[in-house]
Amino acid sequence: MEIFEIVTYFVLLLLVSTAVRVVTTSNVIHAAISLVFTLALTSVLFLLLSTEFVALVLVLVYIGAVIVLFLFGIMITRAPLGKNAELDNDKNKKLGAAIAGSIFFLFSYILVNGFDGEVIITSGSSTELLGEILLSRFVFPFELVSFVLLAALIGGITLARKDEALIDEDQV
Amino acid sequence: MISYFQDYVTIGAVLGFGLFLVVLLLGVASVLRPNKPYAEKLQTYECGVDPVGTGWSQTYVRYYIFGLLFVIFDVEAVFIFPWAINLEKLGYFGLIEMFVFIFILLIGLIYAIRKDVLKWES
Repeated sequence: MEIFEIVTYFVLLLLVSTAVRVVTTSNVIHAAISLVFTLALTSVLFLLLSTEFVALVLVLVYIGAVIVLFLFGIMITRAPLGKNAELDNDKNKKLGAAIAGSIFFLFSYILVNGFDGEVIITSGSSTELLGEILLSRFVFPFELVSFVLLAALIGGITLARKDEALIDEDQV
Repeated sequence: MISYFQDYVTIGAVLGFGLFLVVLLLGVASVLRPNKPYAEKLQTYECGVDPVGTGWSQTYVRYYIFGLLFVIFDVEAVFIFPWAINLEKLGYFGLIEMFVFIFILLIGLIYAIRKDVLKWES
């Protein structure tokens, strides 16, 4: 499995370099595009861990939809587009590095301690097993998810759309 | 496990060969073609009209709600995949559960249509 390890470390190296680019670039659109690459490489990492479904979710939902919302969020507001020196100032850099570093060490500590050296060996894709469990043991939470999505949909529409009645009230 | 990685090695090989082909063809083209740039040639192409303003501009706010709807139904689509793989094994129970799942989100779509969110007003 030496090739496997080489590929994994190569992907990890690329992942860290694109992630660093997300926070060091002074152009907010470039940060979003770098985030796309970071998520794509994370998806490759999940593929290497033989969790195809998580990789698929990352590509479909995060790269496909969440990044689109990010870009819309940047582009419809009056946020300064193009180069912006304020995005990359030294004062926030130290604070951000301290917070990111402490989160990294906390997560590492929890993960290393939580699994306690236990190695999980998977046998190929786990999507089939996931589907089986999702629609048998976890069928009730699965249906609840649709209600959560419905609530998010209605909430989003309520917040984002302009209410004709309210506009009329404002004018009166 | 080995067949799993073999599948992805195939995908990777196709991807790599595609990349190689692009690099090869563009490289050959850049060697062969004449290169005489001038100001008019280097202009951004905008359907034949001279470009106005900068490339960065504010987008219409109405696009956002379509993005929002897309995210919700994208998540719904993701939940359909594990069911679709086990279609035969789960049988009618799975089918009914999935119809309930889709129906609840369909209410959201009907809400969006009734609230005229999908209508394009200018």
